[in-house]
Amino acid sequence: MYKIVRKESLNPTVTLMEIEAPLVARKAEPGQFIIFRATEDGERIPLTIAGYDREKGTVTIIFQIVGAGTEILNSLNVGESVHDFVGPLGNATETDGLKKVAVVGGGVGCAIAYPVAKKLHDIGCSVTSIVGFRNKDLIILEDEFRAASDNYILMTDDGSAGEKGVVTAPLEELIKNGEEFDEVIAIGPLIMMKFVVMTTKKYNVKTVVSMNPIMVDGTGMCGCCRLTVGGKTKFACVDGPDFDGFEVDFDEAMARGSIYKPFELKAREEACNMLKKEV
Amino acid sequence: MPNMRMDKNPMPSQDPNVRNKNFEEVALGYTEEQALDEAARCLNCPKHPCMDGCPVQISIPEFIQKIVEKDYEGAYQVINRSSSLPAVCGRVCPQERQCESKCVRGIKGEPVAIGRLERFVADWHNANVTAAPEKPEPNGHKCAVIGCGPSGLACASDLAKKGYAVTIYEALHTPGGVLAYGIPEFRLPKAIVQKEVDGLKALGVDIETNVVIGKSITVDELFDDFGYEAVFIGSGAGLPRFMNIPGENLNGVYSANEFLTRINLMKAFKEGSTTPIEHPKKAVIVGGGNVAMDAARSAKRLGADVTIVYRRSMEELPARKEEVEHAIEEGIVFKLLNNPIEVVGEDGRVKAVRCQEMELSEPDESGRRSPVPIEGKINEIEADCFIVSIGTSPNPLIKSTTDGLDTNNRGCLVADEDGATTREGVFAGGDAVTGAATVILAMGAGKKAAAAMDAYIQNK
Repeated sequence: MYKIVRKESLNPTVTLMEIEAPLVARKAEPGQFIIFRATEDGERIPLTIAGYDREKGTVTIIFQIVGAGTEILNSLNVGESVHDFVGPLGNATETDGLKKVAVVGGGVGCAIAYPVAKKLHDIGCSVTSIVGFRNKDLIILEDEFRAASDNYILMTDDGSAGEKGVVTAPLEELIKNGEEFDEVIAIGPLIMMKFVVMTTKKYNVKTVVSMNPIMVDGTGMCGCCRLTVGGKTKFACVDGPDFDGFEVDFDEAMARGSIYKPFELKAREEACNMLKKEV
Repeated sequence: MPNMRMDKNPMPSQDPNVRNKNFEEVALGYTEEQALDEAARCLNCPKHPCMDGCPVQISIPEFIQKIVEKDYEGAYQVINRSSSLPAVCGRVCPQERQCESKCVRGIKGEPVAIGRLERFVADWHNANVTAAPEKPEPNGHKCAVIGCGPSGLACASDLAKKGYAVTIYEALHTPGGVLAYGIPEFRLPKAIVQKEVDGLKALGVDIETNVVIGKSITVDELFDDFGYEAVFIGSGAGLPRFMNIPGENLNGVYSANEFLTRINLMKAFKEGSTTPIEHPKKAVIVGGGNVAMDAARSAKRLGADVTIVYRRSMEELPARKEEVEHAIEEGIVFKLLNNPIEVVGEDGRVKAVRCQEMELSEPDESGRRSPVPIEGKINEIEADCFIVSIGTSPNPLIKSTTDGLDTNNRGCLVADEDGATTREGVFAGGDAVTGAATVILAMGAGKKAAAAMDAYIQNK
């Protein structure tokens, strides 16, 4: 059992939790993920590591409440425990030798983009962060991001904060104006990453994306998370989750991500009803 | 006087047309009367050839004589000297290729039903004996076991009996390895696996779930930071192979590992499960091993019409004969001498499986007849689900994070007869060394390695 030591609501649908998991905290690196099961009969769900404290032996996760599993996780409070919490899984984001990087984050993906930006910043890399949210109420980690960035560009779909528009607009603008990024790292919804790649491909700027397919075990034993990358089948849980964005088949990944949509809708409804009853 | 009837007592089982709609155990087990009648068929041969066929050399005539004497707990204790998982092995061992293949009664007539008797004894013990086993005197040494499957459980059990402090590290949230995620409930109820694991814990074995060795902790750290004196790797062969044919990433295509993990480990077959599974209408499974049979029979229980596609003929099917017979009784169709070449899709989903018809070539020098395509003979099977069950290989995670650990060209760890790897103090056994094999072979390897680890530590 893994004790929750901190819980904070970052916005109406996004929660931060700091969880006691010394073995995970010991080794965790930005870009890696964990798999949790909130309760004994819960589903295994992957979440990227948003932070860690090796001394305290804790790991921070930031999650959006999108379905039954995250709904149930969000119903747990400080002092209570998550039933299972395994990691760190997957490969850490490669940061060696990078001098100038654009980190592009979308929505809750910013929770994963932030530790990557911070690590790059810590090793002396120039970081341009371009983050996008639907509106001002959904913005997370603004202060943290600003502190880790040489240039912080905030976008909202409705213009209620920062600039109005999508993240690809300022990215393309910067590249056009002669910014020479060694690399662009994009983390967010599949559709956003796909559009980032479509943008950077035009200018041939290397782009790394953090993929988020459906997973079961997260250790390479089932292939549920497989993707086509450069024409080959890869398992995101062990070969990734980071991949060369130019090589990823995004349309296939989006189709695979929707396999259980009807089930998920029903499960969420049931979870909501169950949680309501408990109150 | 021995009972000289030629045939075995048949196993009471659920009716095929009932059981193919539920996940309850197919075989119901002998009654006391049937067990006594069957035990009386054993001649108690002085040379007991049956024991040579058992990978862990259970004292078979001895335990059967205890049954004859109605001393069922005594029979259990005889088995327990050699095997820590009798309720499991009595159910899933291919006895027809092991102990029962050597039984003298099998020369004229059917061999003694050793597996069914082992199961009877283990189930009797589990139902009637609640006293915890005596904890052995600690010997002051520490060993780590990686993987809580059959080889790790056997190794840990033997080390614990010798007084070692043993910790098993398991990557998943439930112990048991393939017993938990692979073999379905209808062949091996998970409550039985849990009971056997609880028995190990009572012996003092510590099981740490949710720890991925190679990620959470490396093998080097087990020695340097955690102070273990020897390490056993029983991490199995869990990496699924795909066919690398077009359409394999369409929705509705599963590896058998994923399909079975969702069903067995995550209980996705149960109403109200939080883990989803698709309920296919027409499922096609490729492969001919036990895993293919398990996947096919599971799909059937979810309500599908099921076809197994296999590139050779019935004789070459690597699955246990009993499993194939059960599959046929349950209404599973075998499409032999066919090999899938493409998964045909529509709107991102499986619609059909295109197969190449095959024929068997003349035997080569080794006597093996390999399947060759018959040109132009291609057919299509309508399907909304395609399950790939063409084998697994060892996960490279431990090898890639441990210096000095050699593997062969199939990714299997190199280990000698006793399980010693190329790295000092590191032992290995089971599927991680042999590639996918059987539960009892893995247990045998775990036992051998435990003896070698004991010798290694005592002579250090």
